[in-house]
Amino acid sequence: MGDVTSCHIAQLNVGVLQAPLDSPQLADFVAALGQVNAIADAAPGFVWRLRDGDGTDATSLRPRGPDLLVNMSVWVSLESLRAFVYRNGQHLDMLRRRREFFRPLDEAHQVLWWIPREHIPDLDEAFSKLDVLRRDGSGPDAFTFREPYPPPVTLAAKAQGDPSSAR
Amino acid sequence: MAVLDDPVRLRLYDYVCGQDHEVSRDEAAGAAGIQRGTAALHLDKLAAAGLLSVTFRRPAGRSGPGAGRPAKLYSRSDAEHQLSVPPRNYRAAAEMLAEVAEVTGAEPAVQRVARRRGAQAGRAARTANPSASAADLVAASLAAQGYQPYLDGPVMRLRNCPFHVLADRHPPLICGMNLALVEGLLAAAGAGGLAARLDPQPGDCCVVVCPSKNSDS
Repeated sequence: MGDVTSCHIAQLNVGVLQAPLDSPQLADFVAALGQVNAIADAAPGFVWRLRDGDGTDATSLRPRGPDLLVNMSVWVSLESLRAFVYRNGQHLDMLRRRREFFRPLDEAHQVLWWIPREHIPDLDEAFSKLDVLRRDGSGPDAFTFREPYPPPVTLAAKAQGDPSSAR
Repeated sequence: MAVLDDPVRLRLYDYVCGQDHEVSRDEAAGAAGIQRGTAALHLDKLAAAGLLSVTFRRPAGRSGPGAGRPAKLYSRSDAEHQLSVPPRNYRAAAEMLAEVAEVTGAEPAVQRVARRRGAQAGRAARTANPSASAADLVAASLAAQGYQPYLDGPVMRLRNCPFHVLADRHPPLICGMNLALVEGLLAAAGAGGLAARLDPQPGDCCVVVCPSKNSDS
């Protein structure tokens, strides 16, 4: 799964803040953000992550309301993405403490989907994937770590050769 | 698991699993008090069902021409099996409860409960063995709970995650629960010089125990 030569995998996750970013409750999260992002940037398989105007992170982007933080990135494979998200000690420690920073959501807060190798998704694409996941559950077009899907054959074939069909 | 219905086969399985080495057909037959051919039949059935792993090796000390054919050796399979009679599905229940904890935001409560459970185990271990060193006590208690601790320099790593399947599907919740459990255990065992933290390594539990930074003990 996740042929590294043909497809990339994109990821969006959203979080509803428990308190404003500059509040004491979020201080540990804000303090760790730079380091965790640096770990991601240097991690094997990392391709791209969403940044705001300042260019450091995406915390000032609030496309769906002032309380909703977004985080989006692209990786060469599901395995490399999973290794960073769940097998890096510092990132896992932030995930363990996420309830100090983010409110619980009674629906999916993270979605994964396959993209052609040259493609960088925008937030509209990402939120449409999240909508698909929330509506239909995990499927080939939008899925979760718990129920992953292999890259679609058409996408893999398109990205592999034939430049005329790649865009 | 119907393959274990036969009492002779079950006895052979128990015997092989209880050994710290790979078991030959001769040894298993002797231990079960049955003919070698019968033992071979049962052992191969267990291997076919995925309950035992098979390797071929010459007995120690015999090599080169004339050493004979390598013996077929059996050991417990690494695959995870869940067996209950009558059928129960605690894993499905655990999965659902884990999801409930996530969507309701109960992670802090899960960690509090885990910390108390760990503390209970730590106090019990301390009571049972008042003179043991904190490190020995912690290792014994973790071993009793299935973590399979081992030393990697000054760091105690845990070879087995007792909640592996659940941890794989709900890492933030279950790794956080594990960490709180081990922290509770350390505190109650009087292991002030030790601290637990998350440091996932391939194949291991994500929690490690190491000397705490503000201590020289």
